[in-house]
Amino acid sequence: MSDIRIEKLDEFRWIIPPAGGMRVPGIIYADERMMKSLEKDESLGQVANVAHLPGIIRHSLAMPDIHWGYGFPIGGVAAFDMEDGIISPGGVGYDINCGVRLMVTNLQFGEIRERLKDLVIALFRDIPAGVGSEGPIELSPDEEKRVLREGAGWAVKLGYGSGGDLVTIEDGGRMEGADPSCVSERALERGRRQLGTLGSGNHFLEIEVVDKIFDRKIASTFGLMAEGQVAVAIHTGSRGFGHQVCDDYLARMVKRSNKLDFPLPDRQLACAYIASDEGKEYMSAMACAANYAWANRQILTHWTRQIFEKTLHMSPREIEMRLVYDVCHNIAKIEEFPVASRKRKVCVHRKGATRALPPQHPALPDVYHEVGQPVLIPGDMGTGSYVLAGAEKAFEETFGSCSHGAGRVMSRGRAIRESRNKSIVKEMADRGIVIMAAGEKTIREEMPDAYKDMEDVVNIVHRAGLSRKVARLRAVGCIKG
Amino acid sequence: MNKKRNRVAFPPYRIFDHTADLGVEIYGINERDLFCNAAFAVFDIMTDINLVHARKEKEIFVEGGDLEELLVNFLREMLYLYNGEGLLLKEFVISVMDNFHIKGIAKGELFSRARHRMNIEIKAITYHWVEIRKTRETWIGRVIFDV
Repeated sequence: MSDIRIEKLDEFRWIIPPAGGMRVPGIIYADERMMKSLEKDESLGQVANVAHLPGIIRHSLAMPDIHWGYGFPIGGVAAFDMEDGIISPGGVGYDINCGVRLMVTNLQFGEIRERLKDLVIALFRDIPAGVGSEGPIELSPDEEKRVLREGAGWAVKLGYGSGGDLVTIEDGGRMEGADPSCVSERALERGRRQLGTLGSGNHFLEIEVVDKIFDRKIASTFGLMAEGQVAVAIHTGSRGFGHQVCDDYLARMVKRSNKLDFPLPDRQLACAYIASDEGKEYMSAMACAANYAWANRQILTHWTRQIFEKTLHMSPREIEMRLVYDVCHNIAKIEEFPVASRKRKVCVHRKGATRALPPQHPALPDVYHEVGQPVLIPGDMGTGSYVLAGAEKAFEETFGSCSHGAGRVMSRGRAIRESRNKSIVKEMADRGIVIMAAGEKTIREEMPDAYKDMEDVVNIVHRAGLSRKVARLRAVGCIKG
Repeated sequence: MNKKRNRVAFPPYRIFDHTADLGVEIYGINERDLFCNAAFAVFDIMTDINLVHARKEKEIFVEGGDLEELLVNFLREMLYLYNGEGLLLKEFVISVMDNFHIKGIAKGELFSRARHRMNIEIKAITYHWVEIRKTRETWIGRVIFDV
């Protein structure tokens, strides 16, 4: 690793003091053991690189699931001043509004145990997944623009789910300021055939069971009533559309980077001032991709409900699959935070980080006003998810952000090599998990050993006061791209 | 690695470990060779290249602010031909090249679910860590793919 100086701040925080062109310190949330493993790669250098960008406020932050990305580290959070700060497509990521939604049902695991395999087969058959997957929806150019402007609301209007779903989606499933005229023909073309698809890589749709409840009061507010309750988690984003938007704007900003009045420590951090035309155009295009992703997850939710009803021969009322929450974890948003004891609008980049609003925050839906925002942290394939609730410290220290997953420790290449003699599907089956994937390679790349221990990541954010542990869910069935 | 002067070893690239993504080091006897081999690597990693036939031709024109940016932009364009137009490519000919422009031809065919197999999806070509250097005999490039 590069010669970056790190000092321990307290039990869970480490500081990179400003050096060279860093405008602010870097802060990493981790324990001793994680810190040791981080010293082996470039992710700490990436935290320091982000601190070089103009207008950065307070710190360049990294959540405990930090790992080596490109440009920003994955797990990176940084807020920028609206007047003299920047926005960076690389600080959002290619999969704009990649995110997670969690639904709970009235079902107990005992009621579906015998039908679990049928459910996974039906989900795998009816939900388009895999490399370059295309779905049954083909959008006309005008219809696509409506998706980009309206997000999840567009899907609800067409009968995918109900208006009630929108209440518990971050920002109601629609980002303001979306302007399709800021999106390239290429992105529009790619978006027309991929709505309602899961995609490949680490994206999944998982059937889960509530395994342990840590805070019963908050859990019941979220609809997580008891151990054994069946839930569904969906992890996907804006598909090729979002990738093309990021790719287009990144290339544009790289091209113009020699015209900026500051040096870039890494080309992937190419950016534009938020107040510039280019910055505003990216923001409008990014909002289109965010809305595409919310419409996508809404459509997949509707199909999942139908598949459950059909396979289990039960009515929607009997199953009652309700949306707990939908979070995005690759995004830049204009939000208000106290900075130097006054409220300020800032542009928060969350690259592999989840928003975590504390109780009483005005952006929360009424139902969660007293308990805080559900923070959904999916684990690696087959381990399930954690549900936490946003807490005050996140608001004070991390611009309302928390970790988004377990965080890779093993490269994809190494995961494939190390799994060569293992049957991961069989190992999963031995643990009672039914898994179906479009490609064997995906399963190998995503094998559980490739990730940090989920418990460690969650315990750090809990003990550091960024979010409170509410419940743990274990996976029982999974489909992957 | 390169014993013969007119060709690098096959395959002309090597994958190195990068935590979340795929790092690729590419070799070539000159800049054009390096660029063509990098484009070959993109498709060789994604699919079984032996099943791809060079039936269709596509003209390429790409620009960049320097050689590294040009390499990323060239690979971005090749990847778009797959993602946007459904083309799997295997042969690349660069006819005109300087530090800022490339003109050439890519050959391949339309992806067919029946005949082709996709191993892994390269979702984007990143500018992170991109590097081109020349040793005495070989040109070496480094690119990180988002997978």
